[in-house]
Parts: sequence; C-alpha cells; structure tokens
Amino acid sequence: MSPAPFTTELKSARFRREREEDWRRLEGLLKRLETQPVSKLSDEDLIALPVLYRATLSALSVARETTLDKALLDYLEGLCTRAYFVVYGARPRLSRRLTRFFANDWPAAARALWRETALASLLFALGGGIAFWLYGRDPDWFYAFIPGGMAQGRDPSATTESLRKVLYDSGPHDILAIFATFLFTHNAQIAIFAFALGFAFGAPTALLMVTNGCGLGALLALYAAHGLGFQLGGWLAIHGVTEIFATCLAGAAGFHIGWTLAFPGEKTRPEALAAAGRRAATLMAGVVLMLAVAGVLEGIGRQLITNDLARYGIALTSAIVWGYYLYVPRRRREPRVAI
Amino acid sequence: MTDYTRHLDQPSDAQRQLITPEGVDLRINLGSASQRASAFLIDAAMIIGIMVGVTLVYALAINGLRAAGHALNIKWDGEDLARELFEMFWLLGFFILRNGWFLGFELGPRAATPGKRIVGLQVAMRNGGRLSADALIARNAMREIEVFLPLTFLLYNAAANVDGWIVLLGLLWSGIFALFPLFNRDRLRVGDLVAGTFVVQAPRRRLATELTERRSAMAPAFAFSPDQLDVYGVKELQVLEDVLRRNALAAQRVVADRIRSKIGWTPRTGESDGDFLDAYYAALRTRLESRLLLGKRRRDKHDTI
Repeated sequence: MSPAPFTTELKSARFRREREEDWRRLEGLLKRLETQPVSKLSDEDLIALPVLYRATLSALSVARETTLDKALLDYLEGLCTRAYFVVYGARPRLSRRLTRFFANDWPAAARALWRETALASLLFALGGGIAFWLYGRDPDWFYAFIPGGMAQGRDPSATTESLRKVLYDSGPHDILAIFATFLFTHNAQIAIFAFALGFAFGAPTALLMVTNGCGLGALLALYAAHGLGFQLGGWLAIHGVTEIFATCLAGAAGFHIGWTLAFPGEKTRPEALAAAGRRAATLMAGVVLMLAVAGVLEGIGRQLITNDLARYGIALTSAIVWGYYLYVPRRRREPRVAI
Repeated sequence: MTDYTRHLDQPSDAQRQLITPEGVDLRINLGSASQRASAFLIDAAMIIGIMVGVTLVYALAINGLRAAGHALNIKWDGEDLARELFEMFWLLGFFILRNGWFLGFELGPRAATPGKRIVGLQVAMRNGGRLSADALIARNAMREIEVFLPLTFLLYNAAANVDGWIVLLGLLWSGIFALFPLFNRDRLRVGDLVAGTFVVQAPRRRLATELTERRSAMAPAFAFSPDQLDVYGVKELQVLEDVLRRNALAAQRVVADRIRSKIGWTPRTGESDGDFLDAYYAALRTRLESRLLLGKRRRDKHDTI
C-alpha cells in the first residue's frame, strides 16, 4: 500500500488557475454591460466578449468531465448562462426597434388580425343596435345600459336643453390636459383588461364589446329621441372614431389569444399561443397609443372645438388616417441586414 | 440507494435543458413558485411604497404652503390648480407604474424587476431565443387577469351590494388564472404561456476558493491509503465540500468523527477537525478525479466501480 500522492498538484486545480483570469474578465464585462449601454464599451472589450464567452463555455464542458468541485461548476454554469443571454439576447437599439414597430410590425399585426377585428366590430355594432332598438320600445331600458353615475343627468327624464348643454360645455376641469389624462389612463386600462380577458377563450372580451356597444347605442337613442342625433354624432365621433377603433382592436387582440388557445392549429398549443400572444401584444402597444390620441381629442379637442362640422371633419380625417396607415399595404422596403 | 443516485444522475424537476448554439447544455433551473411569489410581493410593495410616498410628499408640501401663506398673511390661490395637476401626475404615474414597472425593468439588460433581482430570478424565452418587447408586453398585460381580476372580486365583496355567491364564483374563476403556475410543470403563469417565456434562476455566484490549495490540505502529516479513500464517492465528496465551505465548526466535528471512525483513522495529538477534513477532502478529490479522467465516475459510496 503506497500513500496517495499529495505533492503532485491536482489537474483540475491547475486548469482552474490557468483559466481563472478569463472568467473574471468575462464577469467584469458582464457587470459593466448590465449597468451601462453597449456603446460605452471599448472595441477591444466588444471583440473580447464572444471570445471569452466561448472560452468559458468550453471550460464548463471540460470542468464537467474533470473536476468534482461543485462550487466551481455552479459558478461556471451561472457565468455561462449570464453570458449566453448577453451574447445571444442582444437587442437592436431602441430607435431601430421603434422604427420597425411603426413602419412594419404594428400595421402588420392589425392586418393579420382583420378577422378578429371584424368580429369585435360586429359585436360592438350588435350591442349598439340592440340598445338603440330596445330604447325605442321602452326608454326605461336606458338605465340598464348606462348606470346612473355615468349618465350624469343625461337620461330619458332630462330636458332637450340640458342634453344640448352637455355637448357644448367645456367640462368640469380648468385644465383640459387633466381630463385628457384621466380619459386616457381609464380607457387604456380597460383595453388592456379586455385583451387579457381574451385568455378565457374570448368570452368575457365578447361580453365587454357588446356592453360597450350597448352604452353607445343607448346614448345615441336618447339624443336621437330629442332630435339631437346629428349633434351627438359630432360630439362622439371627434374622438370616438379613434377610441372605438382602438377598442375593437383590443378586443381583436383578446380574441386572437382566446381563439388560438382553443384551436392552436398545426403547431403545439404552447408554441401557437406564444406566437399569437406576441402578435396580439404588438397590436396592443398600438392600441394604447391610439387611446392616448383619443384622450387628447376627447379631453382637449372636443372641449375647444364646438362646431359640429369641424368635429365631423376631424372624425373623418382620423378615420382616413387610421384606415390608410393600418390597412393599406405599402411597398416593402428591402429589409436591412441585421448586424 | 436509488434515491441517492437519482439526485445526481437525473436532473431535478426544476432543471431544464438550454442548449447553446455551441452545443453545451446550460442546465438552467426554474424559479420556484415561492420565489416567484416573493419577487412579485417585493415589486408590489415597491410600487405601493412609491405611490404612498409621492402622495405624502404632496400632502406635506400643500400643508406647508398653506401654513406659510397663513403665517405670512399671503393669499395663495393656486391650491386648486396644484391639486388638479397633482391628480393628473398621480393618474399617469399610477398607470405607468402598474403597466410599465415590470415591462421596463424586464426590457433592461438583466431581464428582471428589482424584486426578481433580489430573489435571484430573470425572465427568458422558453426557446432560448432573444427576449422581445412584444413578448414582454404580452407577459405583463396578462397580469390584469392574474392579479387585478381576483382583487376586483375581493373589492366587490367589500362593497357588499353584490351577491356573495357571485363574488365567490368570480373568485373561483379568477383564482384559476392567479394560481396557474401551481398547475403546470414549468411553473408558467398565464402571461408566460401567452408570451413564450419562463422565469429561471439567475443567481450571482462568486468564484469560491480552491479548497485543495489550503495549507492544511497539503500537509504531509496526513497520508491516506487507497482503501481509506475508496470508502466514499462523488456525492459524499460534495457534501464534505459543502461542510468545509460553510465553515460550521459543530458540523465539521460531527463529520470528522464520522469519517475517522469509518476509515479507521486514529487522530494524532493536536490534530484539528478542520485540518483533517481539508486533507481528506484533497486526497479524496484527487483520487476520484484521477479515476474520472479514466472515465470512471463513482457516484456515491454505494456505487461499485
């Protein structure tokens, strides 16, 4: 029995000593990348990053076969994973991403979801039609569609004069931007909610579309009964074209998820759902922007512009702009090669 | 015996393959449900803290101005204006925090909110690809039905004019979304499912010291025979490593006594437990690693190669 050799150094310890410096350098680079933009890094460091990453990754493979030092293996695994996400997860610059979103992704998502958008619009119109028809049979139906708090005195018992006053009043706020902000955050939150509810196979989203339509239909019926239909149209349409369009798009995004969850098609359900979710999310980013525009039009534009025809003019313009931007295909520019 | 080997051979339930283009499996670990919950609670507390803090500062400032105006006998009529401006700021701030806190931080280079960073988690694509903004939007918009929907039903109950049964049914229904991560292997919440993401552990480890290079590990006073080293395998080696790194003296004594009796080692006078364990660890690792180079990995003491 010979004693085990102690004086000869452990191979794995020597391996570690020879590579350690690289690992520490990679760690330092990663730390810097997490706290400052890539542009702050020197060219030398940028070139070194993938080299160090691959060296460390190969060290991990070697270490797994040669060392039994658990702490070292854990360290290398953690370091390689961090470096992997940095090397392969690098995203293009924000400006380029925004350009792509506006030039391509948003309209493309809207066009891809045209069926869902049609369905959402149909449900919205259906709700409006039903409420309008029911009001004609019995004005008391109004209370079923518009709760007392939201009506703010605009109900079947109101006089024509007070109804007209609402349409041309400058509203409760001194600073119009506040009203616009309130409208935007409120509507955007509801739109996001409608989108998320799509996950329940789209049923709650459908319900939201119909009830939203009902509210609009009831209001229209009320004003039409007082001979103020045209005026209300201008009051609503100045922002309504943008807002209702955005609402229908949000509903469409929700339906897209619900539909894919139920019928994933040829891909596996998780794969199909992930693709659908991302497409719908792109559209939702656009919806929030549209609702910001609608908030400004409603909170500021409508309060300042009290001429019916001007209101209709803005409504028509926004309809053309949105329709053209989202649905008319443009000549594709040559895709730039990603560097 | 099988339960020992299982631990080393098969990946645990929480481990997932992530194979890099270079062909190396990174063996990432999923964040557990409790980690996820704590990360979310930390983030929620931060958001609420910010809102409460801002409101308090505003209230103090308004009160201070009012008191100052009173003392100096200046009539200040900007209070309504200030309040309206603050309301606007608050509304917009709350909207941005509620929807943008998670999105903004997860878009950052660490792909994690402050809560996730504290717990040691990050978001990643399930296919290992690049984390895109649309995926993160989808992931975080779904929080509306996972968190705010159940909350709404709870608030309905507080409002008390809604039928209890409806509230209960609503809570049950929305509870499905909230508790989704508990019902699938990958701990995906609804948002993860819709975005194709998952949440993985991303602990920051520091490179620990090389135990075999400690002075006592090299002491020639300790010479172990191959028989004395063949008692244990890799699993025991790594338990020993853990004990040494934790530097807990009580545990070291227990382990040292256990090993001494097992290998029949009579301690010399003045031999410390720490020195003995350092030396035994170095000797055992040397032996096991030299056999590893020959392709023989002795998993644990029950393994017979």
